[in-house]
Amino acid sequence: MANLKTVSKKSKAQSMGMHTEVLTGRTQQKFFNPDEAENFYYFGTYDVDFNKRTDLDVKDMTAPEANKEIDNLMSQGYGTIVIKNPQGKHSLGVGILNKLNLIFEGSLGYFGMGSCDGPIVRINGRVGWSCAENLMAGKVVIEKNAGSCFGAAIRGGDLICKGSVGARTGIDMKGGTIIIGGDAGAFTGFMMQRGRIIILGDVGINLGDSMYDGTIFIGGEIGSYGSDAVDAELTSSDQDWLRRKLKVAEIGENFDVSKMKKIVAGKKLWNYDNLEPTEKKGAI
Amino acid sequence: MCGIAGLIHRGKSSNVGSELQGMLQALKHRGEDSTGYALYGDTDGKNFIMRFKVGENVGEGSSSVMEDVSVYDERKKIVDQTLAEIGAKVIKEERTLPYSLRYELDYDVKDLLEFSQRIESIPGVEILSMGKSLEVIKDLGNAKMVCDRYSLDKIVGTHAIGHARMATESGVDIKSAHPFWGYPFSDVSVVHNGQLTNYWNNRRVLENKGMRFMSECDSELIAVYIAEKMRDGATLEEGMKASLTGLDGVFTYFVATKDSLGMAKDTMAAKPLVLYESDDLVAMGSEEIAIRSVLPQEIDTYDPFDGEVKVWQI
Repeated sequence: MANLKTVSKKSKAQSMGMHTEVLTGRTQQKFFNPDEAENFYYFGTYDVDFNKRTDLDVKDMTAPEANKEIDNLMSQGYGTIVIKNPQGKHSLGVGILNKLNLIFEGSLGYFGMGSCDGPIVRINGRVGWSCAENLMAGKVVIEKNAGSCFGAAIRGGDLICKGSVGARTGIDMKGGTIIIGGDAGAFTGFMMQRGRIIILGDVGINLGDSMYDGTIFIGGEIGSYGSDAVDAELTSSDQDWLRRKLKVAEIGENFDVSKMKKIVAGKKLWNYDNLEPTEKKGAI
Repeated sequence: MCGIAGLIHRGKSSNVGSELQGMLQALKHRGEDSTGYALYGDTDGKNFIMRFKVGENVGEGSSSVMEDVSVYDERKKIVDQTLAEIGAKVIKEERTLPYSLRYELDYDVKDLLEFSQRIESIPGVEILSMGKSLEVIKDLGNAKMVCDRYSLDKIVGTHAIGHARMATESGVDIKSAHPFWGYPFSDVSVVHNGQLTNYWNNRRVLENKGMRFMSECDSELIAVYIAEKMRDGATLEEGMKASLTGLDGVFTYFVATKDSLGMAKDTMAAKPLVLYESDDLVAMGSEEIAIRSVLPQEIDTYDPFDGEVKVWQI
């Protein structure tokens, strides 16, 4: 891996697991461009002030009511919102396409923080299945444990769990970074396509099963390797990146990264290209 | 989809009927075709409690065939005669619904196999549970409906497991509803979330070994599988561990006995389970909101890993 301090923005974005390719003339899909990122806003998002802070008690609200109220508060310019009494409710904080400091004082149920792009989130509790699914950008920090399918199909951002996670962490992930302070269950990195997963503890069986690309770093024991997951050399650049990432994530700062194992795709099952399914159909 | 929930109080009793109702009602979005409770109530331990049915609930949504209510009375009469013949004295009799009965029996026997075979040889009769503490109550509808119908909210005990069912593999009826009694073992019950793919292979083998199936619900296999292991001398935990390789498919299930509660998760961890554990209480369910119905305050929970088996004592 290249030295992150000296490489171009494009190389840096690629080394961070982000996609920079533009498929001109063949698709309407627009990939991440690091030069334009700061100027990009979704329609319907708000200009919020991080110093403007408020609390929201969702104890007696349904998930749609709570999410609507978060949106309403952002529309009033609140940039820091503290959610009280989430009490394990499902689907809280989904679909936030805004820059926002969001703090949950308690645990979330399934699908918390799904399909988000941009918010900085701290969850002072646990999360259920499929936390931060499809995350595009931003940072989500979980102070306790997480359920299965943690960070499923994320495309960017940092997803950090300070405790342990269930099975299929990072399944189908296409970018971004997942960091786990504790252990992870079976099928971690199943069918991952890009991005990085860092597990400081042990992992279960079938690690990286059928992974296409991306990198997995493991600090503890590995239950077993999945199909086409192979060891790779842990370079000094990898170690630099790991130290920096763990420091930024405020997790395992003193962890000895030199002993970590690096797992990548053997690419013997590798059989895909950049074409979208509809394009493949056209090519046939 | 289905949802399961269970809790065990260690060192004390509590209103487990009401607590489990709250947990299962929180999971009703996972299925409300039927709901079942396995409650381990406080009893003096002298008499057997037999929960049995003499017919099906043929209400709205049921896949059962309509029967004339008079046949329920006829079946009950034959049950009463059979009990008298085998020397089981009915101490107390409750008929909550025309098809659902609860008997307290003065019956001195350790092996319930012959007893159960005699009772269940009566057409249309099924023992839902038999034990000195266990009572299995299951019927169509969500947790609150079943709880209200059978007045379960006042039952005090040490532990309980339950199931909110979305029928996929078999009919919408009481015989396919969970929990399943671990026939013919006293006080053993099972609930399951998932699908078992080697049901028929295992069923053929177990039936050849003399085990009995009452439904075509794949989940019943777990109860029968573990019962057969225990019949051959295995402990509950050993039986559950054997099931991780003996059963194929995806599953999370709970087993309860008179004084213990266990959970097992398949090797792919494909079905959810959230667990809370403290010195005096273990509560678990398919989703955290089930646990929150009894512990609304902030708590530490976790997902058990793939292939994990745990057993707790009261």
